[in-house]
Amino acid sequence: MLKILKYSFFDLIRSRWSYVYFLFYLLLSSVLLFLNNDLSNAIITLLNVVIVLVPLIGTIFGVMYYYDSQEFTELLLAQPIKRKSIFLGQYLGVATSLSLSVLLGLGIPFALYGLFQSNVIFDFLILIVVAVFLSFIFSALAFNIALTNTNKIKGFGYAILVWLFLAVIYDGAFLIALIYFQEYPLDQFTLVATLFNPIDLSRILILLKLDISALLGYTGAIFKDFFGTIAGSLVSLGVLAVWVVLPLWRMLHVAKKKDF
Amino acid sequence: MVEFKDIQKKFGKNDVLTGINLKIQDGKTTAILGPNGSGKTTLIKILLGMCHSNKGDILVGNSTTKNNWSYRKNIDYLPQIANFPGNIKVKEIIAMIKDLRHQKTRDEELITYFELKPYLDTKLSHLSGGYKQKVNLVLSLMFDSPFVILDEPTSGLDPLSLIKLKDLLKKEQDNGKTILITSHIMSFVEEISDHISFILDGKVYFDGSIDELKSTTQETDFEYAIANLLKNDHA
Repeated sequence: MLKILKYSFFDLIRSRWSYVYFLFYLLLSSVLLFLNNDLSNAIITLLNVVIVLVPLIGTIFGVMYYYDSQEFTELLLAQPIKRKSIFLGQYLGVATSLSLSVLLGLGIPFALYGLFQSNVIFDFLILIVVAVFLSFIFSALAFNIALTNTNKIKGFGYAILVWLFLAVIYDGAFLIALIYFQEYPLDQFTLVATLFNPIDLSRILILLKLDISALLGYTGAIFKDFFGTIAGSLVSLGVLAVWVVLPLWRMLHVAKKKDF
Repeated sequence: MVEFKDIQKKFGKNDVLTGINLKIQDGKTTAILGPNGSGKTTLIKILLGMCHSNKGDILVGNSTTKNNWSYRKNIDYLPQIANFPGNIKVKEIIAMIKDLRHQKTRDEELITYFELKPYLDTKLSHLSGGYKQKVNLVLSLMFDSPFVILDEPTSGLDPLSLIKLKDLLKKEQDNGKTILITSHIMSFVEEISDHISFILDGKVYFDGSIDELKSTTQETDFEYAIANLLKNDHA
């Protein structure tokens, strides 16, 4: 598996898109830091970019990589290698190279600015953790979509839909439901509904850490009320981990059954 | 020995294989023949574990191929359509597969044999069909495994390369290798193979030597004998 991971990783690292992705974060965080001169503000702005952009790039990149390397995958399948190793290796290659782009793109400017001497280093770390989690979650979802759809156009369509749903529509539908049922006690419903959206969960996780109640919103406030800050963070981290494991498990299951 | 036991495969509503029973003898060259879409490639892919059969079992030696991958260490497989990732060089893909399999190789010898030396630094997407097939041949034959599966090995090859391939396969036969081929070039099949398995409507329709085939169909020419099999069934 490690060899497949190595090849996928270096294949992606050499690709132009990884650089574009990396440079985008580098530029964005440099501009935010050196023009704004405030670490906490920069983290909040980056949060809003990261929770939308990382899932988008994760799904598109994942689907694209899978379809692009289909021929190579078929070549590998005839070799004495376990199927699981092939797909796990490719997935980890995509997820780690995406994570690395974010890590370096955000990390270099922050380190230059003097992050390590400041007291917001843990806030920044949480931002990175969330970005890594989202990269792993959405590449796993992308691999699921690509494995179940041989038609590339359909695959890309579903990928965009999943992203659109979780990043935009989910919140809207959720708000409408809240307004519609406002006479009822909705705390538990809200709590559960938040767990089903990794993007929401990531947002809450960072805001809990930053302790900015004004930005928490309804879901975040309930989350904080119910779990408190520490337990709330742990629960959201745990659920994010489940969000990685479940799609990954399904991906390996589908890959095992699939005819090539 | 490789043994197919009642292999059945459906793609949706399409019954491709409806019960293949076949034994492939060690040290012999068996040709799997059949009309287009008869499931030859599917059968090979099931043998390699790339497709899963709906029913039935395959034994390679004494072990089943289900949930097993290590038996592929002793198999060299030449896929029908050489689809390679386009953006890497010939020598890179050879190095990659060598690294992944970690077995003894004879790639240098085969590269020289198929005259691929000048193309080692060429990207795979820039190669012509024939050269892609040569790369395909090097990739699949370089491990020198005792069991060789060739799916349409002649496609895209010019006459000279075809003769070279035949010579190479004859050498492999002398070394006692078990070879399984599919091809639509009947003269090639006749020259190379000891045994014919003809697949029709998802079943093994004929299984025997070329001489047996000729005497059953009462034809003296191999190509006509095969055509006769097809005609009689559809008459």
